[in-house]
Amino acid sequence: MKPVSFVRILKPLIVTAALTMSSYPLLAYAAGTDVNDGKAQGGEAPADARDPHAYSDGYTLEKGPYALGGPRQLKLADEYMFWAVVGDRIEYDADSETGVFDLQGWYGSTFNRLYIKLEGDIANGRLEESQTDVLWSHAYTPYFDTQLGIRLDQYDEGTDRQWLALGLQGLAPYWFELDATAYIGESGRTAVSLEAEYELLLSQQWVLQPRAELSFYGQDDIENGLGEGFADAALGLRLRYEITRQFAPYVGVEWTSMLGETADIARAADESVRDTHYVVGVRFWF
Amino acid sequence: MKQDESVLISRQRLSRRLFVKGLAAGGVLSAMPRLLYANTNDTHLGSAPVLSGQEINLVIAETPVNFTGVTRMATTINGSIPAPTLRLREGDEVTIRVTNHLTVPTSIHWHGIILPYEMDGVPGISFRGIAPQETFVYRFTLKQSGTYWYHSHSGFQEMTGMYGALIVEPRQGESIQADQDHVIQLSDWTDEDPMSLLSKLKVQSDVYNFNQPVLGDFLQDASTLGMTGALEKRQMWNQMRMNPTDLADLSAATFTYLMNGMTPAGNWNGLFNKGERVRLRFINGSSNSFYDVRIPGLILSVVQADGQNVKPVSVDEFRFGPGETYDVIVEPENDAYTIFAQSMDRSGYARGTLSVHPSMVTAVPELDPVEWLEMTDMMGAMDHSQMGHTMDDSAMDHSAMGHSTSGAAMKPPAMDHSTMGHSMSGAAMKSPAMDHSAMGHGMSGAAMESPAMDHSQHGMQTNPLAKPSQKVRHASTEYGPSVDMRVDTPRTNLDDPGIGLRNNGRRVLTLADLRSVTGVLDDDRAPTREIELHLTGNMERYSWSIDGLEFGKSTPVSMHQGERIRVILQNDTMMTHPMHLHGMWSDVESSEGDLLVRRHTISVQPAQRVSFLTTPHDFGRWAWHCHLLFHMDAGMFREVVVS
Repeated sequence: MKPVSFVRILKPLIVTAALTMSSYPLLAYAAGTDVNDGKAQGGEAPADARDPHAYSDGYTLEKGPYALGGPRQLKLADEYMFWAVVGDRIEYDADSETGVFDLQGWYGSTFNRLYIKLEGDIANGRLEESQTDVLWSHAYTPYFDTQLGIRLDQYDEGTDRQWLALGLQGLAPYWFELDATAYIGESGRTAVSLEAEYELLLSQQWVLQPRAELSFYGQDDIENGLGEGFADAALGLRLRYEITRQFAPYVGVEWTSMLGETADIARAADESVRDTHYVVGVRFWF
Repeated sequence: MKQDESVLISRQRLSRRLFVKGLAAGGVLSAMPRLLYANTNDTHLGSAPVLSGQEINLVIAETPVNFTGVTRMATTINGSIPAPTLRLREGDEVTIRVTNHLTVPTSIHWHGIILPYEMDGVPGISFRGIAPQETFVYRFTLKQSGTYWYHSHSGFQEMTGMYGALIVEPRQGESIQADQDHVIQLSDWTDEDPMSLLSKLKVQSDVYNFNQPVLGDFLQDASTLGMTGALEKRQMWNQMRMNPTDLADLSAATFTYLMNGMTPAGNWNGLFNKGERVRLRFINGSSNSFYDVRIPGLILSVVQADGQNVKPVSVDEFRFGPGETYDVIVEPENDAYTIFAQSMDRSGYARGTLSVHPSMVTAVPELDPVEWLEMTDMMGAMDHSQMGHTMDDSAMDHSAMGHSTSGAAMKPPAMDHSTMGHSMSGAAMKSPAMDHSAMGHGMSGAAMESPAMDHSQHGMQTNPLAKPSQKVRHASTEYGPSVDMRVDTPRTNLDDPGIGLRNNGRRVLTLADLRSVTGVLDDDRAPTREIELHLTGNMERYSWSIDGLEFGKSTPVSMHQGERIRVILQNDTMMTHPMHLHGMWSDVESSEGDLLVRRHTISVQPAQRVSFLTTPHDFGRWAWHCHLLFHMDAGMFREVVVS
């Protein structure tokens, strides 16, 4: 391997690692807490922790005296598969006549789920670009799941990309919803995406939701208009009215900004780098 | 928030008005208040028919009901909600034939009845269940008397209508004298499919909580406590991602609360004649609702708990969870009284009327305000050093409190609890600053049980199991994703009526008030071993477990026939769990090891550590679970093997 290409691969990896590391305090703080000296939630079991099977005398639900025999008949919801579809943002910007969708669906048990995340932009009735994550989501701490899988990027004008994905999704102290994922693509491409949401209850029905999003790419992807480094950031504020907890129309404003080299690429192509979108949308789940 | 509450309540009222309108159109309400037929269905509502004798036939079937203006299918026993009241006799061998006309398997469990395990009616543990079109013959001898109940133990059938009262009359004659005898069975009805409710909770566990802390509450606190105070009040909750108004998973947003199968608008009516002693047999047959029950104007003399006679205790109010029963004696002097049972989360109520004439009604009280869970519900009996800076500013209040309660602590343990309860609830007040004082009593409770105190009273004790161990031992499986909280400093005092009842100016029953009458606690042997189990959960994931293990991952608790065992249940969650152990009694003891009262269902409060003794007499496999149906179904369930 030539040193140059080695550096080319190494550099984004280091940057990605550094970014992931820098988010570590946030995630550490997310995973555990300092409440009660960090003992009340999460953490590692001490060596002298009680064995939860110590009272069983070696019997199981299937075996031992008075067991009914055969395969176990009684199965409760902990062994049941649930599913859900959550439409976090289905919205339309009348000025630019563009639409955005951001949906998540899952199927599985309490601790292991198949997660599908769909996000994309629609303009002029065409899917301009989209990002699909297919992930195995595994409960790692009381409030956080690790997510492992693939991401498929589709561009109407550009080159589709595939990535391996490794992320964390969950609820951080002070009720911040976090989603942080690192990606590794072909030819040493790397990327990181970070999302944070908060729900401020103005009343039992009115909810104000600030939202932030940041993406990073380890190397240039000129075909798709992406430069190395932080590529774009978005800051949104949405006010929704929950007609039911499962269905809420909203209005919102979102500021987006391309950053660094990505912004340079856009400027070179005479495209706008910063935008303010006023959106109307609907949030739902079932 | 107030506005939203009113929206919610007006929505309920709307649906209830529709219900009343329907009944009025049917013209049945005024003519036959004791036996109601709602207009659009065939299901008998109101006071259940009574079946007695040694041979009983029950038929399980789907029948339509209409509680809210919408017709839904219920699962019923002999076509009524509640199911027929069974009046049986102690000492009799009874034969109960249960025929299943559903398209799915069913079962009936005789809640609190001591019987052979094959007759206990838990599919997959005691038997295979009752297949569609099959008749199962239950046959057992009643070795006890009192007020009990029965219900399906299959799926969510209990929630959709399968529950009824089971009264066992004492063979030697009734020792509790009364002129009138009414069964008052409380339950909760939802028009939604229970499985769909559970699925929703899996996505958003607070989906039915419409008393969430909102911005207005914060601003109000900021104006009274200052910005720092308002932030500090919220700090622990926000840091731990816990909701201080998480008092019930399901609320009036989906439930219509029922009294003997009647909606609040339907207003169940029980009759009495002036001067009579009236016995009310309260049964909480609801799926997921704790009720706070009172009859304004009447003192409730509690004479029985879970079917077992207790020394009479006079109270204004009691709280009970699914599975529990209380018999009370009242001596009404006026013409009419409202029986008011508000749900623990204060989202709604069940209501009926006790009167001398069927047409009479009286005022229905307002729902009490929603109170936030207190630190004592999160941390138990923690001391200052652990409580951190949040609590420092309240240190002054505590010292004052400490004095009044430590005085009470000098009395013998068995006697002082009720006194303590009084002095503390008297001292505690409602202003936010006084939230700390409630915490104060948690701490003085801990002080009372400090090693120094124990030493003075029990210095000569040699049996290490004379008193329940205080050392908290978390299971290794409590450190994973299934558990969102562990309590290191649990409270062991039993004299706390619980959140929402602590400072309400009424005398509220606590577990410490209950004493079985002589002869009920028949086994005075000291325990030979201790079983410690922690009630656990993860509210965000809506997962419930014991020791962090849901039922599917668990192994049975093995007990030996005839042994005397101490069980310690520690609640590492912020909800109250009514724990029901099948097949044997749960003899509750104080933290000093004094036997208090015999129960079949024990409600363990948040951050509380309760111990009881049990003697398994009957061989077999038994169920042991939280009687909040969704907690049970989510996995807060253990199997017990007695061999």
